[in-house]
This record gives sequence, C-alpha cells and structure tokens, in this order.
Amino acid sequence: MWKTILRRVLVMIPQIIILSILIFFLAKMMPGDPFTGLIDPKMDVNTIAKLKQEYGLNDAPWVQYLNWVKNLFRGDLGMSYTQHMSVTSLIGDRAQNTFWLSLVTIILSYLFAIPMGIIAGRYKDKWPDQTIRIFNYITFAIPGFVAYVLALWLFGYLLNWFPTTGTVSVSVAPGIFNYILDRAHHIILPALVAALISTTTTVQYLRTGIIDNQVEDYVRTARSKGVPERVVFNKHILRNSLLPITAFIGNVIGALLGGAVMIETVFSYPGMGKLFMESISQRDYPVLTALILMFGILAIVGNLISDIVMTIVDPRIRVK
Amino acid sequence: MEKPSDLLLDIQHLHTGFRLKGKFYDAVDDVSLTLRKNEILAIVGESGSGKSTLASSIIGLYDQKNTRVRGDILFNELNLVGLNESLFNRIRGKEIGMIFQDPLAALNPLMRIGAQIEETLYYHTKLNEKERKTRVLELLDQVGIPDPVRISRQYPHELSGGMRQRVIIAIAIADKPSILLADEPTTALDVTIQAQILDLLKDIQDETSAGIILITHDLGVVSETADRVAVMYAGQIVEVAPVDELFTNPLHPYTRSLLESMPQTDVDDEELHVIEGTVPSLDKMMTDGCRFAPRIPWIDATSHEEEPILHEVSPGHEVRCTCYRDFYFKN
Repeated sequence: MWKTILRRVLVMIPQIIILSILIFFLAKMMPGDPFTGLIDPKMDVNTIAKLKQEYGLNDAPWVQYLNWVKNLFRGDLGMSYTQHMSVTSLIGDRAQNTFWLSLVTIILSYLFAIPMGIIAGRYKDKWPDQTIRIFNYITFAIPGFVAYVLALWLFGYLLNWFPTTGTVSVSVAPGIFNYILDRAHHIILPALVAALISTTTTVQYLRTGIIDNQVEDYVRTARSKGVPERVVFNKHILRNSLLPITAFIGNVIGALLGGAVMIETVFSYPGMGKLFMESISQRDYPVLTALILMFGILAIVGNLISDIVMTIVDPRIRVK
Repeated sequence: MEKPSDLLLDIQHLHTGFRLKGKFYDAVDDVSLTLRKNEILAIVGESGSGKSTLASSIIGLYDQKNTRVRGDILFNELNLVGLNESLFNRIRGKEIGMIFQDPLAALNPLMRIGAQIEETLYYHTKLNEKERKTRVLELLDQVGIPDPVRISRQYPHELSGGMRQRVIIAIAIADKPSILLADEPTTALDVTIQAQILDLLKDIQDETSAGIILITHDLGVVSETADRVAVMYAGQIVEVAPVDELFTNPLHPYTRSLLESMPQTDVDDEELHVIEGTVPSLDKMMTDGCRFAPRIPWIDATSHEEEPILHEVSPGHEVRCTCYRDFYFKN
C-alpha cells in the first residue's frame, strides 16, 4: 500500500512542474509588465529599459522561469499591482478563510448526502426515495448564484439570522471562544447553502451503489453465512457502495474551489475566490498567476487525496 | 433401507413461484425430495429448469416480496418454509452451508480472506477471536490451501479461481453444517481444477458425513460424484434414480436425450445429439399435461398422461409420465 501511495505522490511532481510552466508562460503572454501602469507615466524610457534589464525581464524566457520558480520556493510570489503588498501575504489570510469555508461545506455536504443516499438506496422507488429524488432535482437545477442570493436575502436581510458579509464581526467580544463562534456564524450560511446544492452526485452514486451491490453474489454469500441483514447491509453493501464516493473526493475539492469564486463574491467573504474575481477585474496579474497556480496545485492535491483514500479502502488497486 | 434418523432434509410438494407482472409463476413446481446423511444428491437440468431456485428455496435466500414459497422443507422437524429470518439466520451457515458458482463474485472484494471465513464463525460459534483465527487457518488447510497464514491475509483478487472456490468451500464448511448446497460449484473452473474441487467435496463428506445437494448441468460431474440423481425439467422432477441405475437404465425421454447429448470420447466425428426447442419461459410454461411433450412432437399424444405423476419403476427409481414407454429417438 505504501508503495502505491509513494508512487502516486511522485507522479504529482511532473504534474506540478508542467502546471507551473504553463501558468508562467501564459502569464508572460498577457499584455504589460511590472513597469507598465505601476509607474509614474512621466518616467524616462531609458530608465524603464534599465529597470527591465535590472529585474531580468530581458533574460531568456527559461532563465526568467527558473528565477520565478526559485522565488516561489522562497515564498516570494511577487508584488500585487493594486494592493502594494506582497502576493504571499495577500493570499495568506484569504487562503485560510477559503480553507475553513470549504472544509465546513464538504463536511456538511457529506453529512446530508450520505444519509440521503443510504435511505434512497434502501427504500428504492418508495416514498423516501422519491422525496429525496425531488429534493435532488430541485437543488441540482438551481444555479449556485440564485441559491446564494436567495439565501442571503432571506436569512441575512429579511430574517437577520446570519451576518451578510465578511468572516468575523468588527464588534466581536474578546476571547478565543467568542471569536471562533463568530467566525462559525459567518461561515454557516454560505457553507450550508453550498452543501445543500452539492449533494446530488454523492446521493446518486450511493443510491446506485446500494441498489447494485444488494444483488451481488458476495452479498448472497454473506447472507448464506447467517449474517443478520443489518450487518450484511452495513458491512458488505454499504461499505462497497462508498467506494465511488471516495473516488470522487478529488472532483469535489476541485468543484468547491470553482464554487468559491461565486459563493465568496455573493457573501462578500474575503477568500481566494473573491480575491480571484477582484484581481481579474483589476488586472492584478501577479495575484492572478499566483491564485491560478494555487488552484491548480489544490486540484492536483485533491486528486492525490482521493487516490490515497482509494488505495486505503480498495485493495484491488494497490501495486505489488 | 437406511435408518429414518439419517434423514436430513425432507422436501414435500415444494412450489416456488416468482411474481411476473403481478402473477406468480412456479419455477419449482411440486418438488418432493429427500436428502440423507452421507449422500450426494445431484440435481441435473438445463438452464431454467428450476434447480437453482430449488437451492435458494432451501436456504431461504430469495426476494421475499416477489417470491411465493409453498409446501414443506422439513429439517429436523423444523419447517424451513416461512421460517422467520432471525431463526433462519441461526440455520444458514450453521446447519446449511452453500457453495456458489462464481468464486470471484461470491467473495467480498474489500475483505481479507481470513475475515470472510471468520465472519461465519463469529455468528455460529462461541470461539473467541484468537480461537477463530486458529480455526480459519485449520479450515484453509483442510480445503487444501498452501500457506494458510499468508492466504488468510490476502484479498480475493490475489487468488486464482480454484483457490477462491476452495475459500468458498472453507466458508461453507466452517461451522460443520450437516447439509451442503453446491450450486454449480465447478462450472466457472477449468477442467483440471474441477476434478480437484470435486475430490475435495468428497473428502469433506467423508470427514463430516454431511449430505450434499450438488446442482449441475454437467452429467460428467454427476457420474463421478453423485449417489443419487434427480433430473429436473421445467420446474418438475422428471426422473429420480441411484446414479448407476440412471446411467445404465435411463427412462424419461428428457434424461435419455440429455445422456445422448453428452460428447463421447470414443466415437469420432459423430454429430452431437440436440434436443429440439428450448425450455419455455416461466410465464409461458404449460401447467397441465407432460411438459416435455412439445420437445418430442413425434411421440404420439396418447402416450402422455393427462396429469403426469411419478411412477416407481424399481426401488428408488421414479419417472414422470408414461411417455417413456413409447419413446424412441427420431433418427
């Protein structure tokens, strides 16, 4: 098992190298450089040329790439054009915010989806299954921005149950416990809505898995051993039906990051998604490049996580 | 005649029907059979003859909602028909072990071999965990698996087909059941492995004196292993006889046709005998008259009984319908 995991981690290295090359040269192709727009328009052309030379912008592309990578390893992602602070410190806090929002969303999503999938599979075509199916049709069909805006309007403005912006109230009472509680209060509404509209895939995979596995031969073997039906369900049917869901965790993580752009914008939640939108509209290329690199790496890591989980739960895919 | 206490299973007028479009159709129609200690009873028939349905009726594994079982399956004065689930779970595995056809599909791909065998011990014995582990190794050894310690830690996909079938057998015999149901145990295996598995079954029987119901469509398997044979056609038993009697003096036209269809190794380039037509599907099954009649249309209709019953032609040899008296092969 460890061999498979090690091999899988090693595969990630070329993936990340290719990703970084792609992003670097795409960024190079974008119009402008650090000396356009930033700097006093009255500056002498010769001075700009000198600065360009100094900052290595006239070097061969691969030299520039290697320098960029070297800086990456030092944690230097350049300066933001608009915020006049380093990209690293700009992204730092935002990444943390997005991490917590995503984590709560994922947990809530599985908390809803797994029981729904189990019930739907167990009571196939009966009323519980049909109710869940209708719920999933609706949540699947509602576009994210509609759901988010609706929830914000209803629970934020009308009912005033949840704060409508930010990650923490300015007026939060002192003490770490109050701080955590207040942050949770800010996260819960966006996470809840995002979780509710993202259950469909998991529910369907689980439902189908349970229905298919119920008639598998090994389930009949378990029954022929005199294993009580409850145990047959939990130990044999359910466990085997959870496999496709673990395989899907990578996609879920990717989808969450994509979703973060919209959800953070609607809820004015200062995370990476909102920063992404801002840096596009303000043409803040260094921030954009750094964010795309991070999203890319996170997608790769997401797939790594699902592959590792798969290796742990499914012995068939282990390398000998 | 053996002592009555040797009787393991007494099936009387068993009907097992499946619901198709709201109506029940009997896939097993009025089957009466007995199984004794130390006996290998083979049930032969082509696909759709109801032989596997018979097995699943005995062990009580069928879709409860869409299956209707009537009649009696008496096991130690306990009627297995309509037995409640928790009571049946104490019999399944413990008193009746089952061996399945496809050894890969019949093992849980995510569980270690040892754990799959241990599961049945957990429910039917008072052994503690350590004793169960020891028993698992004993069982693996008993079914002829080399290096039981290593194999018990492996997963099904790491084993060959023959090995997997040995594991299935180890599961079936783990609690020393008095009855073993083997549903096409060798069909998915190649010929050399088939012989080994059949030998293993016989060895197990010698050790445990279990009664074995061997379901197969392979007459070669029957002649090598069985003591008694029941031939099934379209849900009914058409002929029962001790194995030697059946092979030397087959009576029912269906039995004779089956034997005629067996490839002969000593006769060159002779075309195989083919039985005309197919077994009718469940919803098109005729409910009166001789069910085999449509497949032997050259036999005069008056040869068949109106309500074919089993006739005892010699002790232990029964045959259904009277058409066997006038039967001849067309060519």
